[in-house]
Amino acid sequence: MKFVNYLESISGISVFPMIGLILFGSVFVIAVISAFGTRKEVINEQSRLPLEESK
Amino acid sequence: MNTNIERFEYDNKIVKQFAWAAAFWGVVGMLVGLIVALQLVFPSLNFDLSFTTFGRLRPIHTNAVIFAFVGNGIFMGVYYSLQRLMKARMFSDLLSKIHFWGWQLIIVLAAVTLALGMTTGKEYAELEWPIDIMITLIWVVFGINMFGTIIKRRERHLYVAVWFYIATWVTVAMLHIVNSFELPVTLFKSYSWYAGVQDALVQWWYGHNAVAFFLTTPYLGIMYYFIPKAANRPVYSYRLSIIHFWALIFIYIWAGPHHLLYTSLPDWAQSLGTVFSVMLIAPSWGGMINGLLTLRGAWDKVRDDVVLKFMVVAITAYGMATFEGPMLSLKNVNAISHFTDWTIAHVHVGALGWNGFLTFGVLYWLIPRMFQTKLASNKLANWHFWIGTLGIILYAVPMYWAGWVQSTMWKEFTPEGQLKYQFLDTVTHLRPFYALRALGGLLFFTGAIMMVVNLWKTAKAGSFLANEAAEAPALAKKVEIHGKEHWHRWIERKPVQMLVISLVAVAIGGIIEMIPTFLIKENIPTIASVKPYTPLELEGRDIYVREGCYTCHSQMIRPFRSETERYGEYSKAGEFVYDHPFQWGSKRTGPDLARAGSGRNKKMDSWHYNHMADPTSMSPGSIMPRYPWLFNSDIDTDVTGKKLAAMQTLGVPYTDEDVANAKVDLEKQANVIYESLKKDEASLLLSEEGLQPNHEIIALIAYLQRLGRDLEIENTPNTLTQK
Repeated sequence: MKFVNYLESISGISVFPMIGLILFGSVFVIAVISAFGTRKEVINEQSRLPLEESK
Repeated sequence: MNTNIERFEYDNKIVKQFAWAAAFWGVVGMLVGLIVALQLVFPSLNFDLSFTTFGRLRPIHTNAVIFAFVGNGIFMGVYYSLQRLMKARMFSDLLSKIHFWGWQLIIVLAAVTLALGMTTGKEYAELEWPIDIMITLIWVVFGINMFGTIIKRRERHLYVAVWFYIATWVTVAMLHIVNSFELPVTLFKSYSWYAGVQDALVQWWYGHNAVAFFLTTPYLGIMYYFIPKAANRPVYSYRLSIIHFWALIFIYIWAGPHHLLYTSLPDWAQSLGTVFSVMLIAPSWGGMINGLLTLRGAWDKVRDDVVLKFMVVAITAYGMATFEGPMLSLKNVNAISHFTDWTIAHVHVGALGWNGFLTFGVLYWLIPRMFQTKLASNKLANWHFWIGTLGIILYAVPMYWAGWVQSTMWKEFTPEGQLKYQFLDTVTHLRPFYALRALGGLLFFTGAIMMVVNLWKTAKAGSFLANEAAEAPALAKKVEIHGKEHWHRWIERKPVQMLVISLVAVAIGGIIEMIPTFLIKENIPTIASVKPYTPLELEGRDIYVREGCYTCHSQMIRPFRSETERYGEYSKAGEFVYDHPFQWGSKRTGPDLARAGSGRNKKMDSWHYNHMADPTSMSPGSIMPRYPWLFNSDIDTDVTGKKLAAMQTLGVPYTDEDVANAKVDLEKQANVIYESLKKDEASLLLSEEGLQPNHEIIALIAYLQRLGRDLEIENTPNTLTQK
């Protein structure tokens, strides 16, 4: 198996960094929306999980 | 609401085992680190023995600290917190046991094989293929045990620490498998599937993300669990932790190419690595701030509680290292820092401060609880804290200083336009810094010993609670939703979906960076004069890899005047197409060797012979170890043919005739070098039976003399002929 040069070229390589940035932007926006879209009581309850171990 | 209360027990025994293993391997890893630090000051501490030389001990140090100390620290933290966050005992005690003993076996095998010179030559992934397979199997055992526990949990919501554990598991699995593609030649010798630039890209995608997903994300999970526990208050902002998680895992995976700035890696990939590295500062600091602000209003506790002290310094060190990382990824800063001791300072702020201190904090918190007693001596723990902190400072400051001095000395020109310093001048200049660094390391090591004594006394005084009783309501089969539920909570409840989405997030970066480099011809321009290594050179290269020469010597001339003046023409991507594995290195304790056999750097065969026997005979003041065993051990010519055949499979254009004649060709070339050495009256004292053409030193000389020759041939086609 040789990993070299299956394709002679891909045109428009500069689009790759752009794809990366757009993907990140989307993930970030979704994470922000999800974090702030959750009700405060739910967030507080979740954040207390390490402190509320059953005994 | 389900009121059916279930009784169960948490498994503390497995946590205790991992805790002791972390402490034990921590001490071992730090001790080896201390020895290698001292070897740079007193080269005689290499003891002229193969298995105690720097080139072999340094990978043992890095592997021990990363995979043995931090590895066991991860499992300690995960096995303790996961059970409690899931309100369930670990899925299978048997799997826990296999995981623990399997991991320890891997560590022992790693130490033995690395000492014997069995290495793939890829930093932090040096272990040979049988051990790679064992790691994969044990990692799968860990995964089954972890997901089994998550699936039988009694708490619907997966706390953010668990997300970090899931992302760690899936990403480490991906990194390890992709980077470990290698073609076995013998039981303990393999060649990387990738070559040159591609190998470098995959390796640093792995190497960088080993830092991200082995040294960082699992420890962030541990931070998100143990800081609230130790401070007895919830994390500052749970919302921030959600954003922290997704932003961090998504960005981290792209940043690998920042280890390859100004190298032969295509420029667009370097820029991509830089951009994402700079962006990384945001989630990293988000996490750090979240950890520190958890202590808001509780700073009085930090004064009295040694556990919190360790944790505060750990988070602060994390903050410093993750600020510095993006700065080092800027090309103008990297031009100064790369290949110098600056990098060593940077990683040790992370390793000693973040990983070391967080592990110590968790150990001081866990052991008394599991042994149902108080810490034997708070005073001793406080001493450990201060001596450890001083150790970190005494380690880091001289190394930052050394890195700066080293780089400026490399780059300084006289008014006449000549390089001002010989490389050796920088080496001798740095020895006092190396001595100070060793002192810092000694302090840190002493602190760790104090901790082990303290924890041992604590354990002796208490009684161990192997199975901790707990109770919780069984998880309702159907989720009861009160009012409108946000869709993201769907993922937060589903571990398998979390795993898949994490994998997608981390795979994208790797795929976009790597595929074009593998597929596009113009990314690696071929150079007609670059030819495969001769059988003897290949054997010599394997010796170069075996002795860990890459731990001190780079083979990558960056396009700076200070480097082209010193080492010759800058390195081209096309020069490395037959290098399985690549040997660009990451640190120059000694000079670059990319053109050691060419141009102004070329030395006589006898120079290399004497230099390997006693480096100070040729370079007074050198701190390089001696290699006496190369002068009386024979090249194993029985496998030379097999090695060529393996390379052929990997795409190196050897003909079948080359493979068949490997041994004959090797002997022919060895005889030429042998005759030249005899003519030069090289010192023959070292070898008991006198110099022989089949000694390993001959192969190593052949390899060193080959380095950089390909381009020389292109430039002056008639002066040299190459097979």
